[in-house]
Amino acid sequence: MFGKHEVSPAVRRRISIASALAVVALLLLGARLWNLQVLRGEELTTLSENNRVRLRRLPATRGRVVDRTGKVLIDSQASFDAVLVPEDAKDLPTVVETLAQYLGQSTAETQAILDRAAGRPAFQEVLVKRNLNFDEVAAIETHQLELPGVSLRVTPSRRYPNGPTLAHVLGYVGEVTPAEIERDSRYRPGDVIGKSGLEKAWEAELRGVDGGQQVEVDAFGRELRVLDEADATPGQTLVLSIDLDLQLVAEQALGDQAGSIVVLDPRNGDVLAMVSEPSFDPNAFTGGIKPELWRELVHHPRHPLNARATQGQYPPGSTFKIIMAAAALEEGIINPFTHIGCRGSLFYGNHTFRCWKKGGHGAPNVHEALVGSCDVFFYQVGARLGVDTIAKYARAFGLGAPTGIDIGAERGGTIPDTAWKQKVLKAPWYKGETLSVAIGQGYVTATPLQMATAVATISTGVRQRPRLVQRVEALDGSAVREIAPQAVERLPVRETVLKQVQEALVDTVGRGTGNKARLPDIAVGGKTGTSQVVTIGATRLKASQMKWNQRDHAWFVAFAPAEAPTIAVATLVEHAEGGGGAIAAPITKQVLRAYFQLQAEREGGVRVAQN
Amino acid sequence: MLRIDRRLLSHIEWPLFLLAVMVTAIGLCTIFSATYRVDQGLSSHVVRQLTWAGLGLVLMLIAIGIDYRTLSRYAYPIYAALIVALILTLFLGTKGGGARRWLGYGPLALQPSEFMKVGLVLVLAHVLHRWAGEPRLALRRLIGPAILIAIPAFLILKQPDLGTVIALAMGAFTLLMVAGLPVRLLVIAALVLAPFGKIAFDHLKPYQKNRLISFRNPEADPLGTGYHVLQSQIAIGSGQVHGKGYLNGTQNKLSFLPEQHTDFIFSVYAEEWGFLGATALLLLYLGLVLRGAYIASRARDNLGALLAAGLTGTIFWQAVINIGMTSGALPVVGITLPFLSYGGSSMLALLASVGLLMNISMRRYTF
Repeated sequence: MFGKHEVSPAVRRRISIASALAVVALLLLGARLWNLQVLRGEELTTLSENNRVRLRRLPATRGRVVDRTGKVLIDSQASFDAVLVPEDAKDLPTVVETLAQYLGQSTAETQAILDRAAGRPAFQEVLVKRNLNFDEVAAIETHQLELPGVSLRVTPSRRYPNGPTLAHVLGYVGEVTPAEIERDSRYRPGDVIGKSGLEKAWEAELRGVDGGQQVEVDAFGRELRVLDEADATPGQTLVLSIDLDLQLVAEQALGDQAGSIVVLDPRNGDVLAMVSEPSFDPNAFTGGIKPELWRELVHHPRHPLNARATQGQYPPGSTFKIIMAAAALEEGIINPFTHIGCRGSLFYGNHTFRCWKKGGHGAPNVHEALVGSCDVFFYQVGARLGVDTIAKYARAFGLGAPTGIDIGAERGGTIPDTAWKQKVLKAPWYKGETLSVAIGQGYVTATPLQMATAVATISTGVRQRPRLVQRVEALDGSAVREIAPQAVERLPVRETVLKQVQEALVDTVGRGTGNKARLPDIAVGGKTGTSQVVTIGATRLKASQMKWNQRDHAWFVAFAPAEAPTIAVATLVEHAEGGGGAIAAPITKQVLRAYFQLQAEREGGVRVAQN
Repeated sequence: MLRIDRRLLSHIEWPLFLLAVMVTAIGLCTIFSATYRVDQGLSSHVVRQLTWAGLGLVLMLIAIGIDYRTLSRYAYPIYAALIVALILTLFLGTKGGGARRWLGYGPLALQPSEFMKVGLVLVLAHVLHRWAGEPRLALRRLIGPAILIAIPAFLILKQPDLGTVIALAMGAFTLLMVAGLPVRLLVIAALVLAPFGKIAFDHLKPYQKNRLISFRNPEADPLGTGYHVLQSQIAIGSGQVHGKGYLNGTQNKLSFLPEQHTDFIFSVYAEEWGFLGATALLLLYLGLVLRGAYIASRARDNLGALLAAGLTGTIFWQAVINIGMTSGALPVVGITLPFLSYGGSSMLALLASVGLLMNISMRRYTF
């Protein structure tokens, strides 16, 4: 087959056309290069010297945090920072020396800051000092000529107007760490990031989106003009369920005692107040906490950084009897008419288990046993239920696992059972240990938030997940996201059992161990607790005779109004000067009274406004 | 298959080979400069690129050895294998710069999308060469090619790698044009579809519109691409007529240029070699393209012509778009500069293309 083997004329013609087009395209590119390199060459050379065109970030203002009535809990204010571009300082050592002098630092300190920034891209600013005071700003402003490469940046800085109030809930911010930058590439060294509390848990909402500017600078790094700019998008506002007024009352009620108060709305899990004392001032963290202050906070004997409400785990003591009563009635171990004798102690196994009341309670039924907080009654009930059944009910009340509050870093306490002991302690369960569990001692621990959740749950029959953030709002106040209440589960307990326990708790406050929480016009249900920290010796010592950190913890949990509860409170006083009834109940009463007063005032206010 | 005819050896395609060697050498020198640091010798980038070039040379020899008509018979299997590789990349590929592009492990990872540039040209030439001699390509002949283009385009968009899709499409378009794609058809299609495009745009969500706008005009993003292009233009312009001299580019040294050894390598080159050097490089590319076109017109048959035109077109468009975007004349779409930009798969595919072009050139007298 020796035919004519060659390309068709049509194809050849098209190839010629394509080649011509290619020549034109390359000519156009040549013209573009002529324009840049020959016509604009000198102008662009100037810009290339000393990197005249720079990118400057405009940090976004972090979102605000307000309480349920709109009172500000966190906002931002403008602060001045001193920054230095070492490449712009013609004589760096002199500039460093002069700058250190104006900032009240030693030259070595300033030099150390620069050394730490070594390895950054050239011409990037180094943050020398945050949050300058007026004198420092004035000094830098007036001595511009001595300080080539130094400039001032206005940045938003975090402000907590109420100081230590709610510090553990709100959290604090700090400079981003290399590890955090590794995880999220949107952060640059020197950026601010939430380090704890809501600041950390809601970082994504609060952060906003940074903007930036292309600026042209002169040979000394001074800004000549802004070439182009992208606005920053401020962070979103968090509207909390917290009521600041109630929070302040609760803090005052606790006074200078170490402890915690958690106030919930049992209907939806709203956290109305959350106190952890002692506290700290998160403002001290803004712009970097001073090492001395940090050391003081960490080594303080009462651990102010500890968020007791969500992370403190304490034996719940007799408040745990609420769960025992519900479990025993539901399981049919007892009925409301079962009476059990108490002579002040119970001999079980080879050990004597004491009741707190030396003379005993006679022969109470479950109602009277709750009202009088009889230990022997619940020893007997606990022994019959067995630890695994007790654990099942305790978990239904929200103990033994984190409640899932929207703040993170929460502890879950401990609800022991046979499997738990085998796994953690590698030992079998002893029956005697069940008796300790029955009165909320032994291995049992819970956080104040968990106990508030538990009492809220018994008051309504439904466990709600605690919620701090009700709503996320844009800067203009429009809602970005409503966070709906979340019912976790209905108590596995019949309605009649619920009623019987609630009635006993109302009587506990009405005429029993919790009478110091009684309000004149509103029925309150509640339960005291006094949990041991150390084993009781041969004789029970008075609190005043013991070392502070060996004294008992005082608990009180409560709900009101008994008919249709709208508030649930858990109060814990660490190492108190007395038991739950004497110390924690009156504090709880102050919180309850303030709550109903505030409610009446606000409703009154609304009525006036409507008229 | 690898039977080397004596007649082949007497017709070795030297001009194209030498042009390719020269641009590759310039590329290696520029990568050396772009990744140069005073305290180190040869950067690992240069060493790796040199290795790839060596492997590419082997691939080039293989591409010369197999008669392109034989290769054309395997066009579909080759194309299918590359499609499978692209699908695997989507699921198993390693990530780099936010996209899944690499298949394989460590230094042996390859970008199937780069080889698809050659594979697509091969399969399109195979499908279309029978009708290329007609004055105009019939409409129904375009259905198959359209599908053949759409499948890899979709898979590569998924990675996502818009730049490669554009390079792929432009190469295919060149081939179709040479095969007789009616230009009038294109004009009519554009006129008819434009209003629909406008309607569709109006119905997009705001964020989708933004995405389109910032694609068309990246300077709308002054903090990212816009800033990079500005710095790139400053680098090129500051080279002026004679350049700052090899290894003396300051924009590059201070790392203001993004991806200085890949997408923006031209600005490194132009800063150091000035307008004269940049023009010389343009002329080398022009030489490559014209030689490619020459090989296409003088090919033994229409298959060779289409193949040569498609391969040359792919290289040409990448060069034009890359230089256009680094000099601020075209939007930034992430296309590398052929033979200059750092990248193993790209180097292999390019040298294989050169081998194929030489193959076509050297077989014009064999039957």
